[in-house]
Amino acid sequence: MRSDRSELGLNAEAPAVQATGVVNRFGAQIVHDGLDLTVNRGEIFGIVGGSGSGKSVLLNTILGLRRPQAGEVRIFGIDLNALNTAQLRIAKQLYGVTFQAGALFSSLTVLQNIQLPMLEHLKLSARALEELAMLKLKLVGLPVEAAHKYPAQLSGGMIKRAALARALALDPPLLMLDEPTSGLDPISAAAFDELLVGLQRELALTVIMITHDLDSIFRTCNRVGVIVERRLVADELAKIVDHPHPWIQAYFHGDRARRFGAIHGT
Amino acid sequence: MFYRATLREGSLQLTLEGDWLAGELGQIEASLYDLTLSSCSTIEIGTAPDLRLELSGAWLLYDFIERWRTQGISISYPQGVPPTLQLVTETLSANRSDFIEPEKNFRPVTEIGRNVVDQGRAVRAGLAFVGELLSRFTRGLFSPRHWRPTSIVRHVYDTGITAVPIVSLIAFLISVIIAYMGAQQLRQFGADIFVVDLVTVGVLRELGVLLTAIIVAGRSGSAFAAEIGAMKLNQEIDALDATGVQPIEVLILPRLIGLIIALPLLTVIADVVGVLGGALLCHLLLDMPLVQYFQRAEESIAAWTFWVGIIKAPVFAVLIAMAGTYRGLQVRGSSRELGRLTTVAVVQAIFLVILADALFAVLFMEIGI
Repeated sequence: MRSDRSELGLNAEAPAVQATGVVNRFGAQIVHDGLDLTVNRGEIFGIVGGSGSGKSVLLNTILGLRRPQAGEVRIFGIDLNALNTAQLRIAKQLYGVTFQAGALFSSLTVLQNIQLPMLEHLKLSARALEELAMLKLKLVGLPVEAAHKYPAQLSGGMIKRAALARALALDPPLLMLDEPTSGLDPISAAAFDELLVGLQRELALTVIMITHDLDSIFRTCNRVGVIVERRLVADELAKIVDHPHPWIQAYFHGDRARRFGAIHGT
Repeated sequence: MFYRATLREGSLQLTLEGDWLAGELGQIEASLYDLTLSSCSTIEIGTAPDLRLELSGAWLLYDFIERWRTQGISISYPQGVPPTLQLVTETLSANRSDFIEPEKNFRPVTEIGRNVVDQGRAVRAGLAFVGELLSRFTRGLFSPRHWRPTSIVRHVYDTGITAVPIVSLIAFLISVIIAYMGAQQLRQFGADIFVVDLVTVGVLRELGVLLTAIIVAGRSGSAFAAEIGAMKLNQEIDALDATGVQPIEVLILPRLIGLIIALPLLTVIADVVGVLGGALLCHLLLDMPLVQYFQRAEESIAAWTFWVGIIKAPVFAVLIAMAGTYRGLQVRGSSRELGRLTTVAVVQAIFLVILADALFAVLFMEIGI
């Protein structure tokens, strides 16, 4: 059977993402120092950390956009940094990404944004291209009228959804979202989380999500990793909240969090 | 390889298997067309354990199922509907044929009308920009508090000093070309000496300032448009405005004033290099002693020759700065606009410079200098 992905030697048993001993440095500034990360298949994994703790750097490292100074990252058992250009092209179909500000291509309509990865990677008939892109558009809950709008004409919430639709364009098994609900009002954020959990369940996705939003973490994540002191402390949501590290305590049990608990009665 | 099909008593049992992935759509579609359905009235869809039915594959299946239904074949799922197919069905069946085409109606009269109105608006907006700039400029003149010396100096450096090498090189090459071409023609009449007139008058009156302006339009006009356009896209202009700071005052006036200072200075450099380049070539090519060249140059240059050139430089500077900054401010929405308007800025700046030069030529001829 001809399957591009099979050429990569994907390991059916390997975790979705496994990073070991990752070191990232910018000059004298050390961002990650021996960071380990394991994301199991089929879970929603939240990454939390203070501003400047290197969340986005970690994401770029996982994506293979940045080569760490030491350590390795494997996605479904393959090391992106060890692949040649042709293999990398296939491997990048394994994940879909949304960036903080959406990063939609501003000169293309929403539909064209969704079609771009398909055009690059798949051989589809014009009809299949239209309809599949429309399917993705509807799947993320965008109105049909949004299809021919340009990113500049969309609201913040619609941009996030359009970015998600583009990330889903190639049916990737892994989704990586950089602050998907930042800048949204709480109701839109909740709707987005609901959408995400639904899609994750129906499509059996693995999701890695960088977020600051406590609500969002409690609504969506199975496990949470916190970047403290240049490493990642990861555990199940119920357990990580009791981790003794002061930053983690402050994050989950500070004033903000207590107000949250009072409202939710936890 | 994507399914097993067995026909029994008018019922087709279709067991899906293998990878129904986005990359395989073409092959799956071809193999589905191979199904012979003439004698069957029902299709039972089942799934094999190794089936990987992803969203794109599920869409294709959904598409065929819809088609089979319209052919009067009933579909059943003894093992239940696969979840991805369920998702696609739910998402799409809500409203199947609501794909809206973008408007493509071509209405010539409407288009012409719209273009005319757009052009009218563009002219008005351009005039408004010039007016606002002028009023801020005059107001700024009388309140030194609003001068922004640091910013102006930066723009003099960016548009002037960093341009010195390229402007010098081009002035030198141009004077070499003129001297060489002129010498070839004038030698036929034994009037070699007039090469000096050709170079000095040509460079000082016209070519020095014109070429400098064109280079600066390409370098700085585009830089102005791109810088301001990118700021506009990034909402920085709005941020300035919201802070109570006039974008025109902090972004545009310093660029304008900086260029008004830089362009005449660059022109002087171009003039000097051009005249010296002519001297070098006359010396090497025509064996003319340098003393003779400069004596002849002194005779050929009238009192106004240098000023006729240099007086145009500030005007060109204004035109270049206005074209660049105005187009930058017009950027809206997308990065493609940024590219388009940067191009427009450069083309327009060069056009305006040449147009103004032509008007100057007529003016100077009329007043006889």
